[in-house]
Amino acid sequence: MPNTPARTAVNPLRVAIIGAGIMGMSIAWRVAQAGAAVALFDRHRAGSGATHAAAGMLAAGLEGEPGEEDLHPLCDASQRLWPDFARELAAESGLELGYRDEGTLSVALSRDDATRLRHDLARLTALGCDLAWADSRELRRREPYLNPAVVGGLISPRDHQVDNRMVARALIEVLGRRGVPVHQDVPVALATAGGRAVGVRTGDRLHEADVVVLAAGAWSAEVDGVPPLARPPVRPCKGQMMALGMDPAAPLLNHVVWGPGIYLVPRRDGRLILGATVEEKGFDATLTAGGMLSLLHAAWRALPGIEELPVLESWVGFRPRARDDAPLLGPTAALDGLIHASGHHRNGILLTPATADLVARCILDGTMPELGRRYSPDRFARPAAKEAS
Amino acid sequence: MQDDTFQVAGVTLSSRLFIGTSAYPNYSVMMEAVQASGAEVVTASIRRMDLAGKGESLLDLLGGTYRFLPNTAGCATVRDAVLTAELAREAIGTDWIKLELIGDRETLYPDVVQLIEAAEILVGKGFTVLPYCTDDPVVCRRLADVGCAAVMPLGSPIGSGMGIANPLAIEKICLQAEVPVVLDAGIGTASDAALAMELGCSAVLLNTAVARATDPVRMALAMKHAVQGGRDARLAGRIPKLDRAEPSSPQLGLVGS
Repeated sequence: MPNTPARTAVNPLRVAIIGAGIMGMSIAWRVAQAGAAVALFDRHRAGSGATHAAAGMLAAGLEGEPGEEDLHPLCDASQRLWPDFARELAAESGLELGYRDEGTLSVALSRDDATRLRHDLARLTALGCDLAWADSRELRRREPYLNPAVVGGLISPRDHQVDNRMVARALIEVLGRRGVPVHQDVPVALATAGGRAVGVRTGDRLHEADVVVLAAGAWSAEVDGVPPLARPPVRPCKGQMMALGMDPAAPLLNHVVWGPGIYLVPRRDGRLILGATVEEKGFDATLTAGGMLSLLHAAWRALPGIEELPVLESWVGFRPRARDDAPLLGPTAALDGLIHASGHHRNGILLTPATADLVARCILDGTMPELGRRYSPDRFARPAAKEAS
Repeated sequence: MQDDTFQVAGVTLSSRLFIGTSAYPNYSVMMEAVQASGAEVVTASIRRMDLAGKGESLLDLLGGTYRFLPNTAGCATVRDAVLTAELAREAIGTDWIKLELIGDRETLYPDVVQLIEAAEILVGKGFTVLPYCTDDPVVCRRLADVGCAAVMPLGSPIGSGMGIANPLAIEKICLQAEVPVVLDAGIGTASDAALAMELGCSAVLLNTAVARATDPVRMALAMKHAVQGGRDARLAGRIPKLDRAEPSSPQLGLVGS
């Protein structure tokens, strides 16, 4: 546990956060609200990594996979926090966040798809997810442009969406208003002394801190200055995505729709986000023909009308992925004064409010609340050192 | 009972279950399931691996403990498959290659014409080739003829979980085979794996049945037992199937008769 010095208005707790993504900025916002002296450090622009690349689905209901039941309580808790988090952030920043609460449809386009979805329905309902089966007519009533071959699917009313890029802009705004320094486009390294984290180094300059938070997403394992044992076991997981342009006055889609091999996320401004490939390719940022083909083909099967839409953008993002797909939250026995907040994989935007609250409590109180304890970064056995071959 | 091992290209294996590493919910579940399966050989798609990983890649997590059987999943031409096999040999340092040449994206059936050609080329380049093929005894014989170290006929389409669609063909392949027969694809549950072994297969390769099960670790354990059970039944020799009942207790000499 980090030693938490007594805090006063004259001598506030000093917090340095490595990574000005949605995690780092939300944590900074929370601890700044509590009176800490916080600063953010990023080697690129704030909010330019996975925060920019994500689709913004808040899908605690549909995302759970077998073996990931331990992740569900955190996803569920964070999903419940989102409406208030969004209201508070919108009010304080004066900016829109693009929060939409139509819910998510997961559609089957063949008998095999339907069999799989019914299998998921039984498993996810047992976890407490609020899902219902809908027949083809009901799905097409909600979304008339769906492929008429849709045979049925799931409705997840609580799986909302938010425009993650607008959230990032709002966070930058509130941090600016609170006078939180955001050091961008600088080389960033963790500074340690006497076996503990003591701040952040940007080139020659040392920014001292009582607590350092490592929230660098997929790059968390690569930050300079972190001792090997304190490095979070996070790897990048590549995703290719694209955006098409719908007529905002007559959009093809209003719900978030999942089809076989694809999700489609309609924004209020008409952007239709298509995602995403899941590739173990390290930090390979290449857009590939196969990636684009699989997105377009799967999206076209679900929503044939996309044929007429302009392609607005295509991009690659890197999910920060731990071995069990769950985040790494809280202190590590490997280095005093360091707190982890990474490894959110597919669920970064969803898990933002809960992560911000848990990690802020951990920083301010020196202890991780009960809900966050099972996500300790120390939960993995370290693999044996790679043998020379 | 003595050890019941078998050999592929001179390598002695005691587990008759080969297990795939894809489609699991996550790496933690995958590692636990692979361990529970007792498998010594794990397969992975070379095209879907991060070969430059830094401590958390598939190779880092499994490499020291298991024998890697890289596969050429995603390849559609001979040239593609040969290049991918060479990449695998360079990156992983193994001559073993599971040769996959998919001829059709809907059924994922192998393109056997290209498969035999690619197998011959790879054998010539010193690879230990284990081809994924149709359940056709003639194709299997041709593959063995060009020097494949084993043949891996499908039970039913990849990922379908439909089990062994044509047990007669699999049995025929096993009867004539001069190399190990590894049933690959289609396994849905434990009884399918047991049947493969009862039909005379040397081993079973499976992935989805475990990876997509509600409890993958438990299903991996079930597959381990099923393969062992099926193998023991094969060695023990089953009784003939009869049209009529035959009482297991004697009918004569009953008290009072």
